[in-house]
Amino acid sequence: MAGYEGKSFKWVGTRPVRPDGVDKVTGRATYGADMNLPGQLTGRILRSPHAHAKILSIDTSKAEKLKGVKAVVTSKDFPQMHRGVLPGDEGVNFHYLSSNIMARDKVLYDGHAVAAVAATSAAIAEEALALIDVKYEVLPHVIDVDDAMKPGAPLLHDDVFTTGVNPKPDKPSNIVQRVHMALGDAEAAFKDADIVIERSFKSKAVHQGYIEPHAVVAEWSEDGQCRIWCSSQGHFMVRALTSRLLNMEAAQIRVMPAEIGGGFGGKTIVFIEPTAVLLARKASLPVRIVMSRDEVFRATGPAPGSSMDVKIGAKKDGTLVAAVGEFRFQAGAFPGSPVGPACMAAFGPYALANVTSAGYEAVTNRPLCYSYRAPGAPLSSFAVESVIDEIAQKLNIDPMEMRIKNGSKEGTQMVYGPKLKAVGNLECLKAIQNHPINKIPLGPNQGRGLAAGFWFNLGGQSSAVVNIAEDGTANIMTGSPDIGGSRASMALMAAEVLGIDYSKVRPIVGDTSSVGFCEITHGSRVTFATGMAIIQAAEDVVLQCRQRVAAMWEVDVDAVKWEDGHACPAGANAGDQKPLSLAKIAAKASRTGGPLVGSAAINAGGAGPAFGVHICDVEVDPETGGVTVLRYVAAQDAGKAIHPSYVEGQIQGGVAQGIGWALNEEYIYGADGRLQNSGFLDYRIPVASDLPMIDALILEVPNPGHPFGVRGVGEVPIVPPLAAIANAIARATGARMMDLPMSPPKILAAIDAKK
Amino acid sequence: MSKFHISTTVNGEAVEYLCDPKQTLLDVLRDELNLTGSKEGCSSGDCGACSVTLDGRLVCSCLVLGVEMQGRSVETIENMTSDEKLHPLQQKFLEAAALQCGFCTPGFLVAAKALLEKNPNPTESEARYWLAENLCRCTGYDKIIRAVLETAADMRGSK
Amino acid sequence: MSGFQYEAPATVDAAVGLLAGAKGNARVLAGGTDLLVQLRTGAAKPDLVVDIKRIGELRQISGTAAGGFVIGAAAPGAEIGEHKELAKAWPGVVEGMELIGSTQIQGRATPGGNLCNASPAGDCTPGLVAAGAIAVIAGPNGRREVAVEQVPVSPGKTSLAKGEFVVAIKLPPRAKNSGDAYLRMIPRTEMDIAIVGAAVNLTLDASGTCTQARVSLGAVAPTVLLVDAAAKALIGTKVDDAALAKLAAAASAACKPIDDKRGTIEYRTKVAGVLARRAAIIARDRARSNA
Repeated sequence: MAGYEGKSFKWVGTRPVRPDGVDKVTGRATYGADMNLPGQLTGRILRSPHAHAKILSIDTSKAEKLKGVKAVVTSKDFPQMHRGVLPGDEGVNFHYLSSNIMARDKVLYDGHAVAAVAATSAAIAEEALALIDVKYEVLPHVIDVDDAMKPGAPLLHDDVFTTGVNPKPDKPSNIVQRVHMALGDAEAAFKDADIVIERSFKSKAVHQGYIEPHAVVAEWSEDGQCRIWCSSQGHFMVRALTSRLLNMEAAQIRVMPAEIGGGFGGKTIVFIEPTAVLLARKASLPVRIVMSRDEVFRATGPAPGSSMDVKIGAKKDGTLVAAVGEFRFQAGAFPGSPVGPACMAAFGPYALANVTSAGYEAVTNRPLCYSYRAPGAPLSSFAVESVIDEIAQKLNIDPMEMRIKNGSKEGTQMVYGPKLKAVGNLECLKAIQNHPINKIPLGPNQGRGLAAGFWFNLGGQSSAVVNIAEDGTANIMTGSPDIGGSRASMALMAAEVLGIDYSKVRPIVGDTSSVGFCEITHGSRVTFATGMAIIQAAEDVVLQCRQRVAAMWEVDVDAVKWEDGHACPAGANAGDQKPLSLAKIAAKASRTGGPLVGSAAINAGGAGPAFGVHICDVEVDPETGGVTVLRYVAAQDAGKAIHPSYVEGQIQGGVAQGIGWALNEEYIYGADGRLQNSGFLDYRIPVASDLPMIDALILEVPNPGHPFGVRGVGEVPIVPPLAAIANAIARATGARMMDLPMSPPKILAAIDAKK
Repeated sequence: MSKFHISTTVNGEAVEYLCDPKQTLLDVLRDELNLTGSKEGCSSGDCGACSVTLDGRLVCSCLVLGVEMQGRSVETIENMTSDEKLHPLQQKFLEAAALQCGFCTPGFLVAAKALLEKNPNPTESEARYWLAENLCRCTGYDKIIRAVLETAADMRGSK
Repeated sequence: MSGFQYEAPATVDAAVGLLAGAKGNARVLAGGTDLLVQLRTGAAKPDLVVDIKRIGELRQISGTAAGGFVIGAAAPGAEIGEHKELAKAWPGVVEGMELIGSTQIQGRATPGGNLCNASPAGDCTPGLVAAGAIAVIAGPNGRREVAVEQVPVSPGKTSLAKGEFVVAIKLPPRAKNSGDAYLRMIPRTEMDIAIVGAAVNLTLDASGTCTQARVSLGAVAPTVLLVDAAAKALIGTKVDDAALAKLAAAASAACKPIDDKRGTIEYRTKVAGVLARRAAIIARDRARSNA
C-alpha cells in the first residue's frame, strides 16, 4: 500500500464534474420512488394513533374484500424471531427489529406500523387502510428520558434488563445499558482545580431531515427469487436484514441500489423493505411503498433527545485537570441510541489525564432512535464545549488559547482506548485562530462562538472491481451507495492509480448480485475504506499489466514499472523498450492472458480520526430572541481531500444541519404522546435565507492508515455547531443556553431572566 | 367517481390524461406521464422538490390538482435542456458541485431559472429568499447560491 | 372511491349556484395552498370542490376611480406583489400578502383563501384589517360587503353562509401622509407560520401628529384582532417613544393567546407589543415620506 507518500497527485485533489452529475441536473437519475414496474401496486401502511397500547385485535377482512386490494399483511405474516441477540447477528436483536417494522402485541409509539395493504391505486390503498379495524387498549406512555429512567415509569418491554451495571438487575426496566469509560481518577483530580463548573443540559430529538422519503419497490418471480429497488445507505444491509427477518436465503434477494436522496444515518436500517417484500409475495405483483413526510417523521429513526451533566475542572491558567460527563439518551421504542459513541467522542478534542465518560440509554414511546451523522457526538460535545467556553469566560482567558493549550494531538490517550496517531486538531485550531473573521468587529447584541469537535471515523468491509475495456477505458464498480459524490472520488482514485484520464473511468454502484459485499455508507467510511478497495483493485490491474508486459518483453516483472498510465522499463536491464499504454496493453489482452479485471475485497482498519474547529458570529434580537447567524467558518482535517469541492460540501452541509439542531429543530410531543410537528412546516430545518455562506477550510494532515492519507470527512462537521452557536449566543447576550433547541421563546426568557 | 379527461400542455407538447380529482399535478406528472424528474419530498408545499412553472409562474406541483390543468401549460425539469444542451444553470451546478444527493436539484434548478428570468441580477439575499422554499439538507446552500449568482453573472455577460 | 366532484365555473353566478346547490360538503378552491394539504392529510373530505380561478374578475387587481383598489379574491400573492400602484399605496397590505409562504406558495396563495382559511395566524389578514379593507361576498341573495375582520369567526370557521364566497377585497382610497406596515415573528426567515403578527396603519397631519390609526394583531387570539386601545395610544401623538411604549403595552394587553407548538402565551404576549411598536415606526416613517 505504500508508495504514495510524497508523490504529487495528478487527479486526486482536483475538482472535476461528477460522473452522475448530468443525470441529476436533468431529472433523469432514478431514485427509489421513481421506479415504475409493469403491474406495480401501491403499498400503504396503517400506523398507530397511540403512543403506547396493547393490540387487542386486528380485523382486515373488510379491507381484503375491497375491489383493487391485492394483499394485506400484519405481524402474523412476519416470521417469529428469536428473542434476544444470537451469536453471529452482530448485536442485532431481530425480534425488536421485526417488531419495529410491524407491531406484534403492542404499539410502542405514535406511528408504529400495525398493518399494510397493496392495491391497484393509492386511493384504493388508503380506503383499505380505513377499513382495517384495530382494537387497542391504551397504556400509559413515557416520552422523556429522565422520566423513563424513574422507578415506576410505564414499562415498554418485559425483557430489557440494564446491562453494564453490577449486580445485573433482576427486574426489567426501561434502562437498556450503562456505558462507562475512564482514564485516571477524575473525581479525585477535581481537588487540584482552581475552578470547577458543572452544568446540566437537555435536548430534544431531531430528525436527519433527508428530503427524499424512504421508498422501495419489491418484486417476486415464480422461482422464488426476489428483487428490491430501494434508496438506502447500504443495499447489502437491506439484503441481510430482509432475508434474516423473512427467513430467506441472502442469495434469493437481489437488491438494486436506487439513487439515494440523502440519508445522514437515517437510511442505515430497514423500515419498509420487508413489508414490501411480503406484500409483493402475497399479491404476486410488484409493490411500491413510498413513505409520506408524516411517516418519515413519525416512524423512521430520528436522533435521540438527551439529558446530560458535565463537570470540568481547570487551573487558573486554563489547564484542564479533570472532566466528568454523564450522558443520558432516549432510545426510541427499542434499544439502539448512540450513547456509546457519544461517550467516546465527548472529550475527544482534549488531552485529559483524568476523565470519566458515562452514559445511559432508556427506551421511550418514540420512534426508534437511530444514527444521525456522528451519532451522539453533537450532543455530548455541545455539553462539553459549552462548559469549556464558560470556564474560559470565567477565567477571562481566550477560549482559543485554552483549546490549543489542552488540545489532543499525536500520542494523546483517548478515553475509549487508543492513542492518537497523526491528527489535525491543533492545525484546525490554528487555522481558525489565524482566520480574518477574528478581526471583524462585533456590533451590539452580537457574539462570537468557538467550538471544537471530534469523530473517530470507521473503516470496515468493502469490495471493488476495476474492469478494463478493450480500448483501455475503465469501468469501476463498488457496492457503496453514492450519497454525496463518492462516484467522483472513486473515479479520481482509480484514475490516479491507473494513470489514465479521469474521463476514461466510469464508476457505477453495483447491486448485491454484481459486486462483493460492502458495508453501509456510514461512519465517514466510503472514501476511506471503499476508496482503499478501489485503489487496491486498480493496483491489481497495474500489477497484471506489468506481468503481461514483462512476459512480452521477456523480463522479470520487477523490471517493468508503471508510470503515468504506461508500462515502462524500470531500468537499463529491461532493454530499450517503448512504454506501453494501458490502452495498448488492453488491446492485446486476448493474447496475453484474457480480460484485465482487478478486484479487491478488504476489511479496512486504520480509519484516521477527524477533528473540526468552528467559529461563528451571531446577532440576537434582544426583544424577540431571534438569532441571525452572520458568519460561519469551519476548519477540518481531511487527511487528503480527494475531491475538495465535495469535502467542502460535507463540511457546509454538516454545519447547516448543526445550526438547525442548535436553533429550531425539535420533535414536539403533546400530552397524548403524539408527535405534533411531523412536517417541514413545523419541523424547522434551515432554509436558504436562514444561513450565511459557510467558509470551509480544508487542512490535510495525512492519515497514516490510508495510502493517499484520506480520513473520513462526512460526520465531524455536525459536531461543533451546536456549541459554537450556544457559545456565540452566550457572548452576545450573557445568557448561557443549556436547553436545545435555542428557539426564540427560550432565548427571550433567558435574556429576561438576566435582567 | 369517474376520472377526468384533461387536455393540457406539458413542456410545450399537447398532452391528454385521465386523473382522479384528488391526484395532484405532481402525481400526474410522475405516475401518469412518467416525468419523474419532479420529486415528492413532502406533498405539502414545504420542500420545493416538485417545483414547476405553471403558465410561467413558479409553483409547487404538489399544490396543484391535476384537474385544474385543463388548457394550461406546465414546464418541468425535463424541459430545461434545449437542443441537447444543458441550461447554463445546469452546467454551473455541475461545475460548482452545487448538488450532493441530487434529490432537491431539479426543484432548485426550476426555481433558479424562474428567478433569473424575473431578475437577471439578484443579490445574494434575493437569491436566498427566492429559493427559501427549496429545501436542501446536504449542501448548506452555499454552493447552490454561489452557482446561481455566478450563472446570473455569466448570462448577463453573454448578452 | 374517495373522490369529489370538481367544477371550475366561469362566472360568479355559476359558482354561487354550484355552492348553494351542493349536497354535502362543498369547498372553494382558490390558490389551494391550504385546501390541497387538507385533502392530502384527510383533514378535508369535500364532496364538491369549486375552483374559482377561472372567473375573470376574481383574478383582477384594479384601481378605483376614487383611488382605492379592488383585489380579486383569487389573485395570487405574486401578482399582488408585482402591482406597483398597490404596493406604493398599501405596502403593509402587500407585505402581509407576500409573507404567505415563499416563492412557490406565492405563485398560488390568494388573499381570499388566506382570509377564509380563517387561521388567526394568516399573514395577509392583519394588514387588511388595519387597512380597513372590505370583503365583497357573493351568495344566493346577491352581493354584500363586510369588514374583513368579520369574515373569520374562529380558527377554521367563517361567517359565510352556504353558497357564499369572497369574490374581492376592497381597499379604501389612500389619504396623504399615510403609511402602513406588517411584521411577524417566525423562528426562521421564511416558510413558517407566524407566532405573532402585527399590522399598523396610520395617517399623520401636516405637523406629523397622528390623526387616524388602526392596529391589528395576528396569532394572539382565536381570530385576528383589531385593537382600538392600541390605535388610541397613537392618535393625537407624534408617534414618539412615549406613544410607542403605550401602543406596545396596549397591544400586549389585548392578547388572548394559547400555548402551542409554535409559541407560548408569555412569548406571544410580549412580542406582540414589540412588533406593534416596530410596525408603527415603519408605518410612521412611510407616512412621513408619503406627503
